[in-house]
Amino acid sequence: MEVIVKIFFTFIKIGAFSFGGGLAMLPFIEKEIVYNHQWITSEEFVDIIAIAQMTPGPIAINSSTFVGYKVQGIIGAMVGSIGIVIPSFILIIILAKYFTNMKDNKATKAVFKGIRPAVLGLILSAAISVGKTALLDMKSVLIALIVLFLLKKVNLHPILAIVVAGIMGAILY
Amino acid sequence: MNPLIKMFLIFAKIGTFTLGGGYAMIPLIQKEVVEKNKWIEEEEFIDIIALSQTVPGALAINASTYIGYRLFGIWGGIIGCLGTMLPSVIIILIVATFFTQFQKISLIQAIFKGIRPAVVALILVAVIKLSKSIPTNRLYILWILTSVIGISVFHIHPILIIIFSGILGYKLFKGDKDHGSDC
Repeated sequence: MEVIVKIFFTFIKIGAFSFGGGLAMLPFIEKEIVYNHQWITSEEFVDIIAIAQMTPGPIAINSSTFVGYKVQGIIGAMVGSIGIVIPSFILIIILAKYFTNMKDNKATKAVFKGIRPAVLGLILSAAISVGKTALLDMKSVLIALIVLFLLKKVNLHPILAIVVAGIMGAILY
Repeated sequence: MNPLIKMFLIFAKIGTFTLGGGYAMIPLIQKEVVEKNKWIEEEEFIDIIALSQTVPGALAINASTYIGYRLFGIWGGIIGCLGTMLPSVIIILIVATFFTQFQKISLIQAIFKGIRPAVVALILVAVIKLSKSIPTNRLYILWILTSVIGISVFHIHPILIIIFSGILGYKLFKGDKDHGSDC
């Protein structure tokens, strides 16, 4: 029981202090789980990260579920994944509540007019950073171009695009 | 169908196909929530991404919680969050129980090698679609480029870029009478 409570609070702490999501969370998780609590070894942690990146969903959820499972089975997995989302869940609800009320306010509108282009730049940067690790050879560039064509010209659903790309990967690599 | 159940299934579907990190989810949410179901407009969707970024935690979870809350209140927030989480939790449990060497299976590696370049294309198309909701003038193009260079070249934290752009937006546009699109 004590371990479960510890897992819960450790993941709440990780969830509360990891700005930037995804990969930015990994060093926090590593510090808490591998060094402070020594629940898993650093080799295991490396494996978990690899798996977390190759399974669907946010890396933070995947790795907390996996670590929780390693430490305390199914209950550990539940507690770990719920713990990690609690801080952001609470903050998002508070933010959404306030923002809905002040959305039509003149100042808020001005602020968001400035934020929108920045966010588009931010998403574009995400494409660049994924591109740096994904577009490594002619085959990967070809896959990207085919998917780009299917999305733009045929208006293919993103989920189908992912399935098609997975099949192309299985054939080409 | 009960709209809450419908939303749960949509977020579960999005969660199942979000491969390659949180940003890969943006095209999926854009398609399902903005384009198909028209629950949220493009402009507000961009704002939600900005707000999701200012809070700790995974972008995908934050955005789905926000959208759920915005549509159906507190229960919507819980259902949106759980819907996105559930597929990952189940898949991870299956992998952790049965395939401890999952990441070393060569077919999985090959599939993933195909998906990653597709994620680049998906995100690019989402940016193109979302950019239609902001004015296309020189100022905005310069603004987008500055943000890209700040993050990709100088590694400035996205939160700082958002805060700074918000301040700049306030200074530049606080006198505007017009609401929303002004192009």
